Amino acid sequence: MRGCVILCALGISLPAFAQAQVNPPKPRQDSVARSDSIARADSLALLQLLEKELGQASADSSGPATAQAPRATGGYMNIGFVALVDAGWSTEADVPSLQRGDHDPRVRGFTIPNTELTLDGAVDPYFKGFASIVFKLDENGETGVELEEAYVLTTSLPANLQLKAGQFFTEFGRQNPQHPHSWAFVDQPLVLNRMFGPEGLRSQGIRLSWLLPTPFYSEALLSVVNATGGTTSSFRSEESPEIHGGVIDARVVEGFSDLLLAPRLAFSVDVTETQTLLLGASGAFGPNNSGPSARTRVYGVDGYWKWKPAAAQAGFPFLSVQSEALFRGYEAPQRLSVDDPAVTLPNETLKDRGVYAQVLWGIQPRIVAGLRGDFATGDDAAFASELRRDRFRVSPNFTWYPTEFSKFRVQYNYDDRDGIGTDHSLWFQFEFLLGAHAAHKF
Amino acid sequence: MKSMNLKAAGLALIVAAATGTSASAQLRVVATTPDLAAVARDIGGNLVSVNALAKPTEDPHYVDAKPSHIVTLNRADALIEGGAELEFGWLSPLLENSRNAKIAVGAPGRIVASEGIRMLEIPTSFDRSKGDVHSQGNPHFLIDPVNAKIIAANVANHFAQVDRKNAVVYRSNLAKFNARIDAKLAGWQQQLAPYRGAKIVTYHRDFVYLAGRFGLIVVETLEPKPGIAPSPAHLARVIGRMKAENARVILVQPFQKRKTAETVARQAGAVVLDIPQQPGGRPNTTSYFDTMDYIVTSLAAAFRTQK
Repeated sequence: MRGCVILCALGISLPAFAQAQVNPPKPRQDSVARSDSIARADSLALLQLLEKELGQASADSSGPATAQAPRATGGYMNIGFVALVDAGWSTEADVPSLQRGDHDPRVRGFTIPNTELTLDGAVDPYFKGFASIVFKLDENGETGVELEEAYVLTTSLPANLQLKAGQFFTEFGRQNPQHPHSWAFVDQPLVLNRMFGPEGLRSQGIRLSWLLPTPFYSEALLSVVNATGGTTSSFRSEESPEIHGGVIDARVVEGFSDLLLAPRLAFSVDVTETQTLLLGASGAFGPNNSGPSARTRVYGVDGYWKWKPAAAQAGFPFLSVQSEALFRGYEAPQRLSVDDPAVTLPNETLKDRGVYAQVLWGIQPRIVAGLRGDFATGDDAAFASELRRDRFRVSPNFTWYPTEFSKFRVQYNYDDRDGIGTDHSLWFQFEFLLGAHAAHKF
Repeated sequence: MKSMNLKAAGLALIVAAATGTSASAQLRVVATTPDLAAVARDIGGNLVSVNALAKPTEDPHYVDAKPSHIVTLNRADALIEGGAELEFGWLSPLLENSRNAKIAVGAPGRIVASEGIRMLEIPTSFDRSKGDVHSQGNPHFLIDPVNAKIIAANVANHFAQVDRKNAVVYRSNLAKFNARIDAKLAGWQQQLAPYRGAKIVTYHRDFVYLAGRFGLIVVETLEPKPGIAPSPAHLARVIGRMKAENARVILVQPFQKRKTAETVARQAGAVVLDIPQQPGGRPNTTSYFDTMDYIVTSLAAAFRTQK
């Protein structure tokens, strides 16, 4: 870079310098147009040569067995369908009180908690589009439909920027933006359920990302999205009385501060040829509806480490560790109790925290053993919320992938809920995938 | 004395600037696999710096989409991909996040190696019950030296568009590359000529183009269908067929399960040959030519002893 600056200062353009290495120097008065036409002539001559080469090559390649002309495949978009079919049993009869994630197994017996129809492709040279429409069965066997994600992503913004617009999973931490079929366990980690609700944190808005000019991977992201609805659980959600116990304050959006802001920083380095580390810090800040000016702040850190040998077969063996820790401060001003309007709950800040850590061992091709530990807790408050009491869970599991398009999983959960006791659950999961299989991010 | 020092310092600056510039003026080329990188190095010479995303010993179908690859792609002037869905499982999320218009689809810096190749095994219908078949045909085509020429021409053409001032160099390097392939190919064909019609078994369908070029016959693969793990019943059938057809050589790449191949070889009275297709997969195989030399020599030696 310094070299370039100095040379430019000396009046020597880089291409001219490069050309001087191979061509006799040309007089400086050469016009741009002339040098362009020379370049064009070079290209033409090269093209002729290439045609000749290709002609020879085609003639030469008549040797091998039957050859056909390549054929364009696909349409203007990729269509995929993935279904998660669950079965199992829990010692807790009210399974949804235990498995609170919307795509967790929520019944004794059989269920289909998540199928996704995914559509993606290039919109035009400037945007890529993605949509995920979820069809699922609830605990009563009723079908539900959700517009899970629908967004466009820019492809050609300058300065290493990228904009996403539409409805999308907020890029907070590692697992929140992942779709259930790429989870390593049958259910949502406890802490993510507590902070972001049964659907995870997703909303409508925009997200700006900047790939920093550092020698290693570093990305800064900022999401600005609506803070309202069931998928923004810690913010202006209709279900928020389950957290603060008060009557909802029906606020309207009056300004920018009524939106949800979620910044994130992520870094990654290849520790060695075979090990990669990814670290991130995220935040989510926005209003909640426990009072006229109450706000929620969620902070999180996440880490992912993976080892895979240089000569892995189909990506195996491997060892990976993933962990996320989150903290939430939920302002709850003086409010009427939703259970008894005669009771006024005091002004307080509800503090919650939780962590999960999971280890995955890809023992041999297509076989993975996993172990996850979950812990979540909340400080005491005037309202004793089910969603804030201490809970501990350990989940060993085992997954077999017959191919990349199907998987069988078995998982045991040991659950310990403070004040309720321990529960045991055994879940089986089968996944199948049709059509386009979106490549997985790291 | 003072002016002497100043002159010396100025000269040092200019030298440093010139050196720095010639390094930074290099085209930054990223290839998805080391074999494509090797061809790019031959065509680009010292005008390019080339990085391969996949390791030489890594299965090109299963490369992790590591964040460091995003950075590499973000700063690339050109990308060479195999195409034909070889990198289907990992390249698209990297490209999506790389935000580099120079390597966008249709840009001069985006080079798809499969373009212009006479693809083999193009499926007539898309049906995953036949295994993980690539809709555009078998993507392991660079192991045929004639295909290397087509790819080299494609690479030279794109390099010339990206870096027009040096078109003549790329053209001349292409001519050298082709001449070298022609000379080497004659030798390789001569080495393998006595074994025309020899029968081989491979783990995956990744030596089909090599077999076609040198008149070898792939009688079976250890995978019952592309991407499907070998089953005992299928391996028993393979052993029977190897014995019946007198196939005595099993080819495996570094990322394929050698133990399975050894078991079959023991039963069928065959040998297992380690044949990495990627330069760098064996010591002293840095170029495409070294790699092909190694492959042809190993095959000829195996056929000779197994005759």
